[in-house]
Amino acid sequence: MANKATIVVHSGDMDKVYSALIIANGALAMGMEVSLFFTFWGLQRLKKGGLEKGPLSKMNLLGLGKWMVKRKMRKAGTASLEKLLQDFKELGGKILACDMTMAVMGIKREDLRVDLISDYCAVGTYINEAKESSVTLFI
Amino acid sequence: MSEIKVDCTGETCPIPLVETRKALRKAKEGDIVEVIGTHPSSKKEIPMAVKALGLELMDIQEKDGVWKIRIRR
Repeated sequence: MANKATIVVHSGDMDKVYSALIIANGALAMGMEVSLFFTFWGLQRLKKGGLEKGPLSKMNLLGLGKWMVKRKMRKAGTASLEKLLQDFKELGGKILACDMTMAVMGIKREDLRVDLISDYCAVGTYINEAKESSVTLFI
Repeated sequence: MSEIKVDCTGETCPIPLVETRKALRKAKEGDIVEVIGTHPSSKKEIPMAVKALGLELMDIQEKDGVWKIRIRR
């Protein structure tokens, strides 16, 4: 089994995207290879200006809950999603975009942050990478 | 051979771990990376990463809640 982590980012919820990026960066820091597959609601976060747009998965309260959690996170010194994403790329992480989601949701390549995306692919690529990974997660 | 200092004082998960890895990637073989921080779990986890990367953990110290970890690439 290769020293690799493969994570499906299906949710676009802010807290879940945080979990995915924190785990991914932790794995890279521990010397693993990491691929993130952005699909469905997760892919919305790779749209230009979309990274911080996700609601809280619980108690979003029309954005009030999210605002409170973000304030607490700032006080605790938590990194922004943008910093986590930049660190992920700097440490050699790979971002893959689901092309089926793009077709279903009418997302064009120019709508996405193409500089971050290594490839546009489907389930075959995911399985190909996941079967040789010692860590796989669906978030 | 040079020494690289990384200050993660006040930073929380996963920044100390990530900044350590970024510094280790930039370091040349034989260089020393010194990380200072206050996040409690990172004091345990940075040595785990050092082991996983097959590098040398030189020293760990802690004083008044501030830890200092020295790593040789």
